[in-house]
Amino acid sequence: MEKRAVFKSWWLPVLFALPQLVLILLFFYWPVAAVVNWAFTLEPPFGGAAEFVGFANFREALSDPFYWNSVVVSLIFATVGPFFCIFIGLTLALAVDRQLPGSGFFRFFYILPFAIAGPAAGMAFRFILSPERGLAASINALSPDLWNPAKYGSHALALVIIIFIWKWSGYTFIFLLAGLQSVPRALGEAAAMDGAGPIRRAIDVQVPLLAPTLFFLLVTMMTEGFVGADTFGIVHSVTGGGPNHGTEVMVYRIVDEAFQGLNYSGASAQSIILIGLIMLFTFIQFRFIEKRVHYK
Amino acid sequence: MIQRTPYADAFTYAIMMLGFFLLLGPFLVVIAGASQTMQQVNTVPFSFLPQGEFMKNASAAWARADLRTAMTNSLIMAALVTAGKVALSACTAFAIVFFRTPLKHVFFWSVFITLMLPLEVRVVPTYAVAADLFQPVKSVLSLFGLDIKIEWNLLNSYAGLTLPLIATATGTFLYRQFFMTLPDELAEAARMDGSGSVRFFFDMLLPLSRTNMLALTTIMFVYGWNQYLWPLLMVTDPSYKTVMMSLRALLPSDNGIPDWNVTLAGSLIIMAPPVIVVAVLQRWFVRGLVSSEK
Repeated sequence: MEKRAVFKSWWLPVLFALPQLVLILLFFYWPVAAVVNWAFTLEPPFGGAAEFVGFANFREALSDPFYWNSVVVSLIFATVGPFFCIFIGLTLALAVDRQLPGSGFFRFFYILPFAIAGPAAGMAFRFILSPERGLAASINALSPDLWNPAKYGSHALALVIIIFIWKWSGYTFIFLLAGLQSVPRALGEAAAMDGAGPIRRAIDVQVPLLAPTLFFLLVTMMTEGFVGADTFGIVHSVTGGGPNHGTEVMVYRIVDEAFQGLNYSGASAQSIILIGLIMLFTFIQFRFIEKRVHYK
Repeated sequence: MIQRTPYADAFTYAIMMLGFFLLLGPFLVVIAGASQTMQQVNTVPFSFLPQGEFMKNASAAWARADLRTAMTNSLIMAALVTAGKVALSACTAFAIVFFRTPLKHVFFWSVFITLMLPLEVRVVPTYAVAADLFQPVKSVLSLFGLDIKIEWNLLNSYAGLTLPLIATATGTFLYRQFFMTLPDELAEAARMDGSGSVRFFFDMLLPLSRTNMLALTTIMFVYGWNQYLWPLLMVTDPSYKTVMMSLRALLPSDNGIPDWNVTLAGSLIIMAPPVIVVAVLQRWFVRGLVSSEK
């Protein structure tokens, strides 16, 4: 879309855009270039200029079993989390969209968890789902160690995913409700006329019409699960990647490797792989899923 | 109302109640726990009933995690990120939409691409730039055999905390979309009346964008307040620490006294500002969220 009426000046737009361009050049493009550079070079241990080492950093990362562990953990995190976020958001949006008396009250509250930072939510859930106190302790009263995220990696992974789902369900809810509200009321009325009840209408009329929104949320949420600030924040503040690497997602491993292990080249190689993976995901989703999504 | 459906209505309410308890339950636990004594908070099964100890717990948490410093810093950081974003992205969107120049596509795409890679995957070199702002310039100059000695370190400063967070695309698209919906006649009329582009921007566009600014302000405040990884790296001096960093200080130590009531009271204080913003300005928050993402 182009505007017909515009101003003619070559230096004014540059002047207006300059502040932001300088910032993204400094804090985005330069760092991205540095990641690429570091991924293919290695600093000698006793100082001196970095040497070009080709794919050695990648080979090293890929031969580490803990790296593959983080890939698996990330895959679980970024598929299970978004699935439940979208499922919960969709169910609640369908319920609220029926506009029964009082549904505005519920809508108001459903959005609130999204205001909480991942680490702050993590702190609350460390108490709520702690094995010794809070709500989950009653489970352990039945038999000890039925739930112990401090000891079992799978429990810890479930815990961080639950926190992620809790925070992001409100987000999917907002988008799905907005999507539902743009579905023409006449469609629902026509279906009701043909004898479809509310649940049949939801499944056969509303959800198919939401396909574009669902598709958008799938891409957004999976990216969020792989590289989002909350993914890192929750894992870092709740489990620290443990126990026994059970919750070590890829972003956590990258940051940990860089700032604890001081292995910038290894961390950069892993960043590149992660970036590639995100691009691949986005591509697959657009290529294969979008075909079955119909707009309008 | 399309038809009378008592069973489906009851089912709908059941789902909405379930959603309410799942999503609000954690808040209720935190509120209840923050107002109990240490014995009460450690009792199994946990009681959802609030008690009267909140002020005592809150002041203990306030002192333990030095929340005064942290809250002030987070407030400054969130305000700076918000202000920077609201101002800069309006300017960039103006340059992209209202000028006929081949550069506008360069501007648009260079801003757009920043959406692809979040801070987490490029955090190490971003940190390196913040530790020495002229490092990129130096590296380029060193290719030509030049060597400069200036150094500008952003660690432990508000500039370091905020500038890299302002360098993303979110707000630019919000403004761009809004500017696109304005009728062409507006700019034409302004030109006809002899207004230049700068005057048009300040006297017409900005006042018209007030709703957008408010929407952007709410999402950016929450974004700025909730930053975790970046402050963790930027700040080593305790006088610059933010609320997310003080969460750790609130946690009871492994073998220490399990005074989770104090921890929960502290978390509640830290959670409060963004929750209040989203609750009070929910209309704007939702609008900002929906229109900046799509």
